[in-house]
Amino acid sequence: MGAQLRVYRRRIRSVQATKKITKAMELIASSRIVKAQQRLNASMPYLTLLNSAISAAASHASDVSKHPLMATSTNATRAAVLIVTADRGLAGAYSSNVIKEGEALTRALNERGVQVVPYVVGRKGVGYYRFRGRVMAGEYVGFTDLPSYSNAKEIGEDLLDAFLKPTSEGGCDEIHIVYTYFTNMGSQEARVRRVLPIEVVDEVVTKDSGMPFPLYEFEPGPEAVLDGLLPRYIDQTVYLALLMAAASEHAARRRAMKSATDNAEELIRTLSRQANQARQGEITQEISEIVGGADALSA
Amino acid sequence: MAELVVNVVSAERALWSGTAKSVVAKTPDGEIGIMPGHEPVLALLVDSALRIEETDGTKMLVAVHGGFFSVDSNQVNVIAEIAELAEDIDLDRAKASLAAAQAASDEDISAVRRAETRITVAGTASALR
Repeated sequence: MGAQLRVYRRRIRSVQATKKITKAMELIASSRIVKAQQRLNASMPYLTLLNSAISAAASHASDVSKHPLMATSTNATRAAVLIVTADRGLAGAYSSNVIKEGEALTRALNERGVQVVPYVVGRKGVGYYRFRGRVMAGEYVGFTDLPSYSNAKEIGEDLLDAFLKPTSEGGCDEIHIVYTYFTNMGSQEARVRRVLPIEVVDEVVTKDSGMPFPLYEFEPGPEAVLDGLLPRYIDQTVYLALLMAAASEHAARRRAMKSATDNAEELIRTLSRQANQARQGEITQEISEIVGGADALSA
Repeated sequence: MAELVVNVVSAERALWSGTAKSVVAKTPDGEIGIMPGHEPVLALLVDSALRIEETDGTKMLVAVHGGFFSVDSNQVNVIAEIAELAEDIDLDRAKASLAAAQAASDEDISAVRRAETRITVAGTASALR
């Protein structure tokens, strides 16, 4: 076998091995999207009930706009930004899209004179910030594949602590989440959502028009119930963002791995053509050598 | 007779739903019993065992950790951050986590309470059976 042919065959084998890996990752990602979607749907009843309860409590509590979690600070000076990226790569532009969106938000906030305090989820984002020597107020890694409620609660508590601390002591006036919104299997986009201060006051009015709330008896009292519910709302918002991000991550990885598999197939096809050509060239050369040799003998 | 329609929902999933004769829950102010025809209530829950008596008379226990419940026109929604049905609780694991929580240097009170609630629920449920 000629040297050229051997080189082609070796490359084909190596591409085939890579293709097997990307194909397997594609299949794994597909099955995980379904699971992630199920978890997303399973968390919906809680969200719906929590929101309606908050609206009910807010409509009964006196002077909601003075509640620390709802009052908008007129001149915010510091904002916490939670950026939800992936732990692992091989998901196309998934993490870099979120980071890009986060950078855009950071610029917009800086222009308003607001200092940004980053909280980062996922090794990719943590790596990005650390490489650039930026200080993170919080880093959370190791669960972006399959986030649990306790992960979200941990982050939610940190964010709430930062928000409730006075600005002079390093607290934040606003909290934003940058995550990837999962519309369906085919479409996800990086989005920014402001979590705090909460804007449920507007929702109360719109929901009231549809169905009035029953005259609830509040135990231990509307303000206390609202105080108990609002931190849950933060945790739930973070949890929802994590779940959406996980589903989006798997969808992005499936897409990236699918195109990698397709490219590998294309490469194998081209290489086989070239290998065939090389083999044919070798045969032609051998024949002409034999014929040439026979001619020389008979002459 | 009217009955209660009960939904138990945790942050991660809808846990249980069905009809019941009564629901007993624990709020920061004390225990509250819900029977059909109860006035609308929206109350916070403390870490405790929630007792549900199903229509067929079976008694059910759910360990709830944080959250709240609402009652409105015989519809009871229990919305807990973490909720576990008695049969889902691994008693040995709950005991181990109680020991771990108590041994921890800064004794995490909420973890201790959570583990204790689990053990109570699992213990009472096996006594009922």
